[in-house]
Amino acid sequence: MSVKLNIRQVGDVSLVDVAGRITLGEGSSTLRDSVREMVSKGQKKILLNLGEVSYIDSSGIGELVSAFTTVTNGGGQLKLLNLTKRVRDLLQITKLYTVFDVHDSEVSAIRSFS
Amino acid sequence: MGAAQRAGFDEDDVMKIGMAVRESMVNAVVHGNRYNANKKVRFSVANNRERFTVRIADEGDGFDYSCLPDPRLPENLMCTSGRGLFLVRSFMDEFQVRRLDPAGTEVTLVKYMVSK
Repeated sequence: MSVKLNIRQVGDVSLVDVAGRITLGEGSSTLRDSVREMVSKGQKKILLNLGEVSYIDSSGIGELVSAFTTVTNGGGQLKLLNLTKRVRDLLQITKLYTVFDVHDSEVSAIRSFS
Repeated sequence: MGAAQRAGFDEDDVMKIGMAVRESMVNAVVHGNRYNANKKVRFSVANNRERFTVRIADEGDGFDYSCLPDPRLPENLMCTSGRGLFLVRSFMDEFQVRRLDPAGTEVTLVKYMVSK
Protein backbone atom coordinates (compact mmCIF):
# COMPACT_ATOMS: atom_id res chain seq x y z
CA MET A 1 0.00 0.00 0.00
CA SER A 2 1.33 3.44 -0.87
CA VAL A 3 1.15 6.26 1.61
CA LYS A 4 -2.21 7.62 2.74
CA LEU A 5 -2.58 10.94 4.51
CA ASN A 6 -5.49 12.13 6.61
CA ILE A 7 -5.27 15.69 7.86
CA ARG A 8 -7.13 16.68 11.02
CA GLN A 9 -7.26 20.15 12.50
CA VAL A 10 -6.88 20.16 16.29
CA GLY A 11 -7.07 23.79 17.37
CA ASP A 12 -4.34 25.51 15.40
CA VAL A 13 -2.36 22.29 14.94
CA SER A 14 -2.57 20.38 11.66
CA LEU A 15 -2.35 16.72 12.60
CA VAL A 16 -1.42 14.50 9.68
CA ASP A 17 -2.12 10.80 10.13
CA VAL A 18 0.34 9.04 7.83
CA ALA A 19 -0.27 5.38 6.93
CA GLY A 20 1.51 3.00 4.58
CA ARG A 21 4.88 3.25 2.90
CA ILE A 22 6.99 6.38 2.58
CA THR A 23 9.35 5.35 -0.19
CA LEU A 24 10.95 6.67 -3.35
CA GLY A 25 8.30 7.90 -5.76
CA GLU A 26 4.66 8.39 -4.93
CA GLY A 27 5.01 7.82 -1.20
CA SER A 28 7.52 10.56 -0.66
CA SER A 29 6.09 13.05 -3.17
CA THR A 30 2.61 12.79 -1.61
CA LEU A 31 4.00 13.77 1.79
CA ARG A 32 6.16 16.52 0.28
CA ASP A 33 3.26 18.04 -1.67
CA SER A 34 0.92 17.96 1.33
CA VAL A 35 3.40 19.63 3.65
CA ARG A 36 4.18 22.32 1.09
CA GLU A 37 0.48 22.96 0.57
CA MET A 38 -0.13 23.31 4.30
CA VAL A 39 2.78 25.73 4.66
CA SER A 40 1.60 27.77 1.66
CA LYS A 41 -1.81 28.07 3.33
CA GLY A 42 -0.14 29.53 6.40
CA GLN A 43 -0.13 26.46 8.65
CA LYS A 44 2.61 26.93 11.24
CA LYS A 45 2.06 23.93 13.51
CA ILE A 46 2.27 20.55 11.83
CA LEU A 47 2.30 17.21 13.63
CA LEU A 48 3.05 14.06 11.62
CA ASN A 49 1.55 10.95 13.20
CA LEU A 50 3.71 8.12 11.85
CA GLY A 51 2.12 5.37 13.94
CA GLU A 52 0.71 3.54 10.91
CA VAL A 53 3.79 3.82 8.70
CA SER A 54 4.67 0.28 7.69
CA TYR A 55 7.89 1.02 5.86
CA ILE A 56 10.17 3.95 5.19
CA ASP A 57 13.30 4.00 3.03
CA SER A 58 16.15 6.47 2.72
CA SER A 59 14.07 8.62 0.34
CA GLY A 60 11.29 8.70 2.92
CA ILE A 61 13.72 9.78 5.61
CA GLY A 62 14.90 12.48 3.24
CA GLU A 63 11.30 13.62 2.84
CA LEU A 64 10.90 13.95 6.61
CA VAL A 65 14.00 16.16 6.61
CA SER A 66 12.62 18.13 3.66
CA ALA A 67 9.29 18.58 5.43
CA PHE A 68 11.06 19.77 8.56
CA THR A 69 13.09 22.30 6.56
CA THR A 70 10.06 23.49 4.59
CA VAL A 71 8.00 24.11 7.73
CA THR A 72 10.89 25.67 9.67
CA ASN A 73 11.79 28.00 6.79
CA GLY A 74 8.13 29.02 6.68
CA GLY A 75 8.36 30.10 10.30
CA GLY A 76 6.56 27.07 11.68
CA GLN A 77 7.22 23.92 13.65
CA LEU A 78 7.02 20.30 12.52
CA LYS A 79 6.93 17.53 15.10
CA LEU A 80 6.65 13.76 14.95
CA LEU A 81 4.21 11.53 16.81
CA ASN A 82 4.03 7.77 17.47
CA LEU A 83 7.18 6.51 15.79
CA THR A 84 7.26 2.79 15.14
CA LYS A 85 10.34 0.96 16.38
CA ARG A 86 11.70 0.75 12.85
CA VAL A 87 11.29 4.44 12.11
CA ARG A 88 12.75 5.31 15.52
CA ASP A 89 15.74 3.02 14.89
CA LEU A 90 16.34 4.60 11.47
CA LEU A 91 16.23 8.12 12.88
CA GLN A 92 18.68 7.08 15.59
CA ILE A 93 21.10 5.39 13.18
CA THR A 94 21.09 8.46 10.95
CA LYS A 95 21.40 10.79 13.98
CA LEU A 96 18.20 12.56 12.99
CA TYR A 97 16.40 11.62 16.17
CA THR A 98 17.78 14.70 17.91
CA VAL A 99 16.72 16.97 15.04
CA PHE A 100 13.04 16.18 15.38
CA ASP A 101 10.83 16.85 18.37
CA VAL A 102 9.33 13.38 18.88
CA HIS A 103 6.26 12.58 21.00
CA ASP A 104 4.43 9.41 22.02
CA SER A 105 1.20 11.11 23.10
CA GLU A 106 -1.07 13.13 20.84
CA VAL A 107 -2.22 15.34 23.69
CA SER A 108 1.29 16.19 24.90
CA ALA A 109 2.45 16.71 21.33
CA ILE A 110 -0.33 19.22 20.66
CA ARG A 111 0.32 20.99 23.95
CA SER A 112 4.04 21.23 23.15
CA PHE A 113 3.50 23.65 20.27
CA SER A 114 4.32 27.12 21.48
CA MET B 1 13.20 -11.40 2.43
CA GLY B 2 11.78 -14.90 2.14
CA ALA B 3 15.28 -16.21 1.47
CA ALA B 4 16.59 -14.47 4.59
CA GLN B 5 13.74 -15.93 6.65
CA ARG B 6 14.43 -19.42 5.35
CA ALA B 7 18.12 -18.96 6.15
CA GLY B 8 17.14 -18.56 9.80
CA PHE B 9 17.51 -14.84 10.44
CA ASP B 10 15.25 -13.27 13.04
CA GLU B 11 12.67 -10.60 12.22
CA ASP B 12 15.03 -7.72 12.93
CA ASP B 13 17.79 -9.08 10.67
CA VAL B 14 15.27 -9.93 7.94
CA MET B 15 14.10 -6.31 8.03
CA LYS B 16 17.70 -5.06 7.81
CA ILE B 17 18.61 -7.38 4.95
CA GLY B 18 15.40 -6.49 3.12
CA MET B 19 16.02 -2.79 3.49
CA ALA B 20 19.66 -3.11 2.40
CA VAL B 21 18.58 -5.03 -0.70
CA ARG B 22 15.83 -2.54 -1.57
CA GLU B 23 18.19 0.42 -1.16
CA SER B 24 20.80 -1.32 -3.34
CA MET B 25 18.20 -2.11 -6.00
CA VAL B 26 17.08 1.52 -6.02
CA ASN B 27 20.73 2.61 -6.36
CA ALA B 28 21.18 0.23 -9.30
CA VAL B 29 18.07 1.49 -11.13
CA VAL B 30 18.36 5.20 -10.26
CA HIS B 31 22.07 5.96 -9.94
CA GLY B 32 23.47 3.04 -11.95
CA ASN B 33 21.15 2.55 -14.91
CA ARG B 34 19.65 6.03 -14.53
CA TYR B 35 16.14 4.73 -15.22
CA ASN B 36 17.21 3.42 -18.64
CA ALA B 37 14.62 0.72 -19.34
CA ASN B 38 17.01 -0.98 -21.78
CA LYS B 39 19.54 -1.64 -19.02
CA LYS B 40 19.11 -4.59 -16.72
CA VAL B 41 19.70 -5.17 -13.03
CA ARG B 42 20.90 -8.65 -12.09
CA PHE B 43 20.21 -10.03 -8.65
CA SER B 44 21.36 -13.21 -6.95
CA VAL B 45 21.14 -14.67 -3.46
CA ALA B 46 23.28 -17.43 -2.00
CA ASN B 47 23.99 -18.70 1.45
CA ASN B 48 26.14 -21.26 3.18
CA ARG B 49 26.71 -22.05 6.85
CA GLU B 50 28.56 -18.81 7.45
CA ARG B 51 27.39 -16.16 5.02
CA PHE B 52 24.19 -14.91 3.40
CA THR B 53 25.26 -13.17 0.22
CA VAL B 54 23.30 -10.91 -2.12
CA ARG B 55 24.78 -9.60 -5.36
CA ILE B 56 23.18 -6.79 -7.37
CA ALA B 57 24.66 -5.62 -10.66
CA ASP B 58 23.63 -2.77 -12.91
CA GLU B 59 24.76 -1.80 -16.41
CA GLY B 60 25.42 1.89 -15.75
CA ASP B 61 28.51 4.05 -15.80
CA GLY B 62 29.02 3.68 -12.07
CA PHE B 63 30.07 6.19 -9.47
CA ASP B 64 32.76 6.40 -6.84
CA TYR B 65 31.31 4.85 -3.70
CA SER B 66 34.36 5.88 -1.68
CA CYS B 67 33.57 9.57 -2.16
CA LEU B 68 30.10 9.51 -0.61
CA PRO B 69 29.87 11.81 2.43
CA ASP B 70 28.85 10.59 5.88
CA PRO B 71 25.19 11.68 6.29
CA ARG B 72 25.63 11.82 10.08
CA LEU B 73 28.09 14.70 9.98
CA PRO B 74 26.56 17.98 11.16
CA GLU B 75 27.04 19.62 7.76
CA ASN B 76 25.15 16.75 6.06
CA LEU B 77 22.47 16.10 8.65
CA MET B 78 19.79 18.16 6.92
CA CYS B 79 20.51 16.84 3.43
CA THR B 80 17.45 15.25 1.84
CA SER B 81 19.42 12.47 0.15
CA GLY B 82 22.59 10.44 0.60
CA ARG B 83 21.48 7.98 3.29
CA GLY B 84 20.77 4.87 1.21
CA LEU B 85 24.28 3.49 1.02
CA PHE B 86 24.95 4.44 4.60
CA LEU B 87 21.97 2.31 5.68
CA VAL B 88 23.18 -0.60 3.52
CA ARG B 89 26.59 -0.47 5.18
CA SER B 90 25.00 -0.18 8.62
CA PHE B 91 22.70 -3.15 8.16
CA MET B 92 25.09 -5.61 6.51
CA ASP B 93 28.33 -7.12 7.84
CA GLU B 94 30.22 -6.70 4.57
CA PHE B 95 29.73 -4.41 1.59
CA GLN B 96 31.87 -4.65 -1.54
CA VAL B 97 31.77 -2.81 -4.84
CA ARG B 98 33.22 -4.11 -8.10
CA ARG B 99 33.35 -2.41 -11.49
CA LEU B 100 32.24 -4.68 -14.29
CA ASP B 101 33.73 -4.94 -17.77
CA PRO B 102 32.69 -3.37 -20.12
CA ALA B 103 30.19 -1.43 -18.00
CA GLY B 104 28.28 -1.66 -14.80
CA THR B 105 28.75 -1.99 -11.09
CA GLU B 106 28.20 -5.01 -8.88
CA VAL B 107 27.62 -4.63 -5.16
CA THR B 108 27.94 -7.59 -2.82
CA LEU B 109 26.09 -7.55 0.48
CA VAL B 110 26.98 -10.11 3.13
CA LYS B 111 25.25 -10.89 6.41
CA TYR B 112 26.93 -13.40 8.69
CA MET B 113 24.75 -16.36 9.55
CA VAL B 114 23.66 -16.57 13.15
CA SER B 115 24.80 -19.70 14.98
CA LYS B 116 21.94 -21.92 16.06
